[in-house]
Amino acid sequence: MKLSHAFFEKNSLVLLIGILIVVSVGGLVEIAPLFFLGSTIEKVQGMRPYAPLELAGRNIYIREGCYNCHSQMIRSLRDEVERYGHYSLAAESMYDHPFQWGSKRTGPDLARVGGKYSDAWHVDHMKAPREVVPGSVMPGYPFLAARKIDAGNIAADMSALKLAGVPYTDDMIANASADFAGQVSPDSKAGKAVLERYPKAQVRKFDGNPEGPVTEMDALIAYLQMLGTLVDFTTFDAAGPNLR
Amino acid sequence: MAGHKELDAVTGVETTGHVWDGDLKELNKPLPKWWLYVLYVTIVWSIGYWVAYPAWPLVDGYTRGMLGYSQRSEVTRDVAAAKDSQARFVQAIATSPPAEIEKNADLMEFVLRGGATQFANNCAPCHGRGAQGFKGYPNLNDDDWLWGGTIDGIEKTIQHGVRSGHAEAHVGDMPRFGIDQVLTSAQIVDVASFVLSLSGAQGDAAAIERGKAVFGEQCVACHGAEGKGMVEMGAPNLTDGIWLYGGSKSEVEETIRGGRSGVMPAWEGKLDPATIKMLAIYVHALGGGK
Repeated sequence: MKLSHAFFEKNSLVLLIGILIVVSVGGLVEIAPLFFLGSTIEKVQGMRPYAPLELAGRNIYIREGCYNCHSQMIRSLRDEVERYGHYSLAAESMYDHPFQWGSKRTGPDLARVGGKYSDAWHVDHMKAPREVVPGSVMPGYPFLAARKIDAGNIAADMSALKLAGVPYTDDMIANASADFAGQVSPDSKAGKAVLERYPKAQVRKFDGNPEGPVTEMDALIAYLQMLGTLVDFTTFDAAGPNLR
Repeated sequence: MAGHKELDAVTGVETTGHVWDGDLKELNKPLPKWWLYVLYVTIVWSIGYWVAYPAWPLVDGYTRGMLGYSQRSEVTRDVAAAKDSQARFVQAIATSPPAEIEKNADLMEFVLRGGATQFANNCAPCHGRGAQGFKGYPNLNDDDWLWGGTIDGIEKTIQHGVRSGHAEAHVGDMPRFGIDQVLTSAQIVDVASFVLSLSGAQGDAAAIERGKAVFGEQCVACHGAEGKGMVEMGAPNLTDGIWLYGGSKSEVEETIRGGRSGVMPAWEGKLDPATIKMLAIYVHALGGGK
């Protein structure tokens, strides 16, 4: 039988199969190579999965819809780079599920907000944004400071992320609760363990209430203060072998 | 079917030759010529585009195109071009002592404008757009400086921060006299009365007298015998009526009870040395520099 125009038009199943073949050629050419190209996610020094408290903070960030107004991707444009710092790398969001790149910027980009402001500023700003930034239209989140948070199901969360390809080790998952509490206990054994498992993690009480319980404010600020701080850009070469 | 031409009897237009339901036929109305040619031009254009720009993914790379374009090299070039155009100013700032920079009107204009931009981006969230400060974040327009108001002093503070974790950061905490039970609640009320009297506030004379004794034991080490503060410790002058954490009686009591340890991030590594120097001169020039 001839594979003519009329043949496809008169046999809907054949037409369907034909469409599938044509569409998958597009997919194969455009999508499949990205999984194998070395340059899709460049190799960088310093990336690690989120520590449990940071992950809890990230979950709050997503729950409160911060992404509706804040992006986390510094574009490779001069004005972006001069304002926010080095343009974002794919590697920096490779453990994000889902990523928070975004294109809506009612507020500033937060990809490198880590370390830019003090914890106390974040607390003040989160409680009453216009107290410190008079022109801000950000809503206040004072309740975060009052809401206690515990490790809860963070270990299960980590296991799920592991299925999605985040390299959490069994050791990390087994110690999730200890690390969760450890990150707000500086100078403790648990605090040191956090640093060993999650290099460059910041271990301190973030919400300005050292005696108080762990709050959602602690978790969120722990997350904000590590954003964009992991990659060591002194060893990064944009055109170097890590792109080949 | 294909290759066979048939004209529709009613309109005289050629049909496609497809037949539905026995006798239903479709007229063949070709696309307008202009449309077709635009399509052909875009196809030719895309071939040129493939050759010139990065286009096709390969097994372990991609075709890079003859123009060698990449967004990364473009932004690197843009930033470098901007740096080049500022280089003579930035170099002069980096290598000259502040006093010389202040004498050079051209350079000073660059410093003040550049400083204002950098301040708006990096400093304004805490210190305010007008550097007026907020409760807990110092006003930079006045002549009251916790850690020194000379250009050098301001530059060091920006570089290393305050209680920032940087090895050379300013440290020194206001102790938590109440929480750590160094002073009783009554003593705190007394010493607050005394401290407020230093800047002229009226109060219960007996309380002030009792507070003065406590002050002599606990506070003079950092704030000095006359309460004029000490830059080395970041201890504020208590006699000038300027209050970082509020000057009401209850606020001063809270400061004594719970201590204060504000944090300013270290900017070394985030901003280059010339920018930090530029910011120091800018802040110094806001009005209160020493």
